[in-house]
Formats: sequence, structure tokens, C-alpha cells
Amino acid sequence: MDLLEYQGKQYFARFGIPVSPGGIALTADEAVEVSERLGYPVVVKAQVHVGGRGKAGGIKLAASATEARAHAETILGMGIRGHVVRRLWVERATDIAREYYASFTLDRGAKAHLAMVSARGGVDIEQVAAETPDAIARLHVDPCEGFGEGQARHLVHEAGLDEEAEAGAVDVLVSLYRCFVEGDADLVEVNPLVLTSDGRVHALDAKVTLDDNAAFRHPEWDEFAATAELDERELLARRAGLQYVGLDGFVGIIANGAGLAMSTCDVVNQVGGRPANFLDIGGGASADIMAGALGVISSDPSVRSILINVFGGITRGEEVANGIVTALGRVDIKVPMVIRLDGTNAADGLEILRTVESCMVITSPSMMGAARLAVELAGNHLAGNAK
Amino acid sequence: MSIFVDEKTRVVVHGLTGGQARFHGLRNRDYGTKVVAGVNPAKGGQGVEGIPVFATAAEAREATGANASFIAVPAKVAPGSILEAAAAGMEIVVCITEGIPAQDEARVYSDLRHNYPAVRLIGPNCPGIISPGKCNIGITAGEIALAGGPVGIVSRSGTLTYQALYELKQMGIGVTTCVGIGGDPVPGTGFVDCLAAFEADPETGAVMMIGEIGGTEEETAASYIAEHVNKPVVAYIAGVTAPPGRRMGHAGAIISGSKGTAGAKMEALAAAGARVANNPTEAGELMAELLRAL
Repeated sequence: MDLLEYQGKQYFARFGIPVSPGGIALTADEAVEVSERLGYPVVVKAQVHVGGRGKAGGIKLAASATEARAHAETILGMGIRGHVVRRLWVERATDIAREYYASFTLDRGAKAHLAMVSARGGVDIEQVAAETPDAIARLHVDPCEGFGEGQARHLVHEAGLDEEAEAGAVDVLVSLYRCFVEGDADLVEVNPLVLTSDGRVHALDAKVTLDDNAAFRHPEWDEFAATAELDERELLARRAGLQYVGLDGFVGIIANGAGLAMSTCDVVNQVGGRPANFLDIGGGASADIMAGALGVISSDPSVRSILINVFGGITRGEEVANGIVTALGRVDIKVPMVIRLDGTNAADGLEILRTVESCMVITSPSMMGAARLAVELAGNHLAGNAK
Repeated sequence: MSIFVDEKTRVVVHGLTGGQARFHGLRNRDYGTKVVAGVNPAKGGQGVEGIPVFATAAEAREATGANASFIAVPAKVAPGSILEAAAAGMEIVVCITEGIPAQDEARVYSDLRHNYPAVRLIGPNCPGIISPGKCNIGITAGEIALAGGPVGIVSRSGTLTYQALYELKQMGIGVTTCVGIGGDPVPGTGFVDCLAAFEADPETGAVMMIGEIGGTEEETAASYIAEHVNKPVVAYIAGVTAPPGRRMGHAGAIISGSKGTAGAKMEALAAAGARVANNPTEAGELMAELLRAL
């Protein structure tokens, strides 16, 4: 789960990382209210789950109530890379002397934590990384040994941070590592980490990605989930316990297992179609799950055919087939559907599916054949509608 | 032969007394796997369908000579079970549990490396490992795999592993061992471990490798193949059309650069001499073609 900037800063604050005082505003009135309380100048910042806010005009400095109101009105409702701004974070402006970069994440390749610090923080850190990789000091951290002041000091030196920032940066890094580990984050990133003109070091931005697998030991995360931006179908899928990602094509996909679902999308693409979604029903293929999946997909107006690709392992073919038959009785499907069922007891399953087979519900023996048929039917269905 | 597990492997099932562990543990026994014991701290001394249950993995090993652990307990307790199995002296630990927090997984991996370097952990969040006809630990439906080799399979994906086994069986091609390494960020066993073991296994004649988008393990495997693998390799990578995964801030981009996409992985593998398939069916066909030429 990705946190919004203000949530990330609140998370940082719990671990003692200094952040600017500020408040949330959902309207221009509230933005002015928060600004008045903080004292000017303030920064009005769009809260969206996407980077590049500054370049898009979603971060503005305001020296007065009039300016704060004007900026809030402009930014609220603004679209930033497909995300509509519904929330603002208004914080006291910081007098910046230097901008650094700091992060902790898991380096999957090294199977260890990775700390990165750079004296050249700011918007273009990826460019810095690509052009001058040496400008980013890196240190692998053994998860069993942890990360302490000694390592933090070493990193700060290696990154070439200014001397007056050293003590503050070391403190931030040590706290940031605690936030990363105890806070069960996949990523904590501060860009920029700033040195203020009066010599303090603090986090001017916060990028925090929490590990959903650890939610069971963090009841406090519930409040973050409330602001997660999901579209209607993603919400529907989440409630049904399905892994769903909307895509921009026209063949609806249902498969069991993430790998097979991805592979099904690829195959649809290879035979000239475009997948409308990725949908993984996981290990089960009960009537409830199948009905949920069909419900999600049939609510997508761009879907012109549906491809169900299930490989029975533990889940037997007849269970899958019964699930589909029952689901078909519950969900009204208006587009043709191709079912490919293979694996354990597939023959029994296909026998059951024969009872519902029609020109709209067709079985196909192979993954490639099923994909070809689904793509072809999507074309026919479109032509049929046009008549 | 086979890699990591065979007919001599003696398995302890953690949590055999209930839930997923009981279901899969008994299925594995039905397949012919030597499931010699169960573990449940509260139910030592009991039994499940003739299999004795012990309070700890250490007692189970002591009493039955078990050398492998099968862990299918919930995510909250799985990390502890993995370390318990390692401390008890198990050589192989197979953990199918999904949903283990990444921080726990990283700590367990590091703990194993420091304190139990000889233990081979497979998983977590994987379908398990099967040496057809000899030993099946995990959730793979044994009947979709043909025994006898000569193909070794290593895969990050569960259902694609079944698909691969099935495609090969349809063509009458057997498998020495099929390892599902799992899709979690810190798998105990990776592609390279399996490639090395298959290269050293005299009965494995060729390797099928199934990867996915994300991470850089496939790229690392490609370098390994170029330098150390003489046996033919067929590779398939799922996710060419997948939406770009969750972007892990700038840090993720800085670590992986242009790596991680399906295209980059396929290119790296092809450059390393692997035959790269565009879909699972083609992977099976390429393998059949390669075997005819051997």
C-alpha cells in the first residue's frame, strides 16, 4: 500500500523523523484555515499516489491567505498523470539550504536491505543515478545485524553531505531504518531530505510503501486504506477477494494463479487481441469466486468477450466447472465466453460444462486455441452490435 | 537421479494435525512421499492417520530420522517454523505459506545464511518441489507430472509450473525434478541454485526455466547460464503485457535500472544461449525439439 505524502510524514513522525508542521485540507476554506494557523509562507501540496506533482503544478508557495486560497482552488480537482487531486497538505514553508536524498528498501538481488544516500537530492534523482551512479552512496544492510549510527555516519561521509548536516542526517537515517523495519515498509524514501538555512535536517517529502502482508500486526493502517484510490471495479474485486488490475483492451481474462493470468494476457496479445484486465482467482474456483470474477468483468463496458483459463491442480476440474455453471446462473453475461479447462479431472469438468455450452459459452482444449477464439469472438461481437 | 529431494527424503509436516498442512501432507503421502512425522507443539504424542505427531521438529527428527520439513502453517507463525526446522537439523525446508511479511522473510533468510548455511529453504509462497515418482512436497498435483526425466524445471509461478509439467506430459516427456521457487521478494532458493544443481545432475538433460516480470533474478540466471550451464535451457517469461508493476519509488528504479521487464529478461536469456518461448505451449514444443536433437 502506497501512502500519500502526508500519511508518510505522519508515519515518519512516529519514529522521530523531523517533518514540517502542517494540516490536511479538502476545500479551499480549509486550506486557508490551516495556513492561518501555521503562519505564512506556506506550501500547498496536492496529495496523490503519483510522482511528478511539482512539475505538474501541484505544489505551490503561498505568502498570504489570498494566495493560499487561489492555489488551493487551482490544485483541488486538478488531474496529475491521471489522478484527480481531492486532498491538499498545507505545511509551513521551509528555508532550504541543501537538498539530499535518502532511502531504505529491500534489494531483492542481494537479499539484503539497501540504504542509499545522495548529496544531490531533488526532483531528478533517477537521472543522477543513471548519469553519475557514484553520486549515490549505497550500503547493504544485513537484516539480522541492523543499521546503526556507525553505518549512518559512514554513508553520510561517503555521500559527501555538508558537514553541518552530518549529525542531523545520521539521526534521520537511524530513525528512518527503524521506520522501515519496525514499520513494515517495503520502501521509505525521503526526496528531498533538506538542510535548512538555520542548520536543521528534516524530511520535506515522504514516500512510504507499506507491506500489505504485515497488515495483521498494524491495526493502525486501517486509516490509510480509507484513502486508497481504487476504481469501482478494483473495489468490487477487492471485496470479492480477487486480484484485479484493469487494462485497456477488450478481452476479459479470468485465470487461476498470477503467473497463468499474466501468461493468458500475453497470449491474448500474441494472437492479436488486447486484454481488458488481469484477474487472478487464486487457488479456489468456487461458485462464489467465479460469480464474483464474472461480475467484476461484466461490469466493464469495454469487454467484448471473456476468456476463462483455469488449470486444475489441487482444484479439480469438476469443482471448477460446477463453479462456472452456478456463476452463470447468477450473473447475466452479455458477451461470448471461451473456457479452457485443463489439468486434474479436466474431462469430468468439460462434461459438466457441456450442459451450459451454447454459441455464447464455448470450451476450447488449448490455451492458444482458446485465446484465438476469444479474440475472434470479440471482433464478431463488436460487428454484431454495429449491425 | 533428481535434485534436492528423492525416494530417500523423509518428511516432517509442521502443523499436520489440521488445515492446509493436513490436507497437503496426506496428499503427499498418498503420492508415495515418505511422510514420517507431524509437528504440533500442543499435540505431541498424538497421531494423524498413522503418522506420529511430535511437539517439536527436533523430537520428530530424533525419533524418525526425518531430513526434510514441509511447512504450510499460517504466515504469522511460518518464519518461526522455518527456523525451528533448520535448528532441528533438517536439510531441506519447503515452505508454501503465502503472505509472510517481507521484513520477516529477509530476517529468516539472513538467519539461515549465518547460522544454518547448509539448510536449503524452498519458498516461501511456492508450490513446492516434486521429483516425480519419488517425492512430492507441496501442493503440486502429482499425476500431472511424468517421472523419469530428462527435463528439470525451475519456476517462479505455481500454475505456470503445472502448465509446464502438463505440456511436457502431453508430449511424453518426463521430469527429473520440478522446483517451484516461489514469487516472494526473498526466496530461499533461486534460479541459480537450481540451475547449478540441474547442471550437476547426470539424469537431467535439459532445463526449463519459467520466470516472471519484476526483480532481477532472471537476469542473474542468464549470466549464470552463459558462464556455467552447458545443458540446453528453454525459458519462458510471463508478463509481457502486464501493467508496469508497482513502482517502488525512485529507489526501485535506481536499483533495477532497465532490468525487470519481461522484454529485458527475455533478451538477457536469449543472449545467454537459452531458447526463449513466447508462451507455455511453445516452451513445451521447444523443449521437445531440443530433446530430439540431443
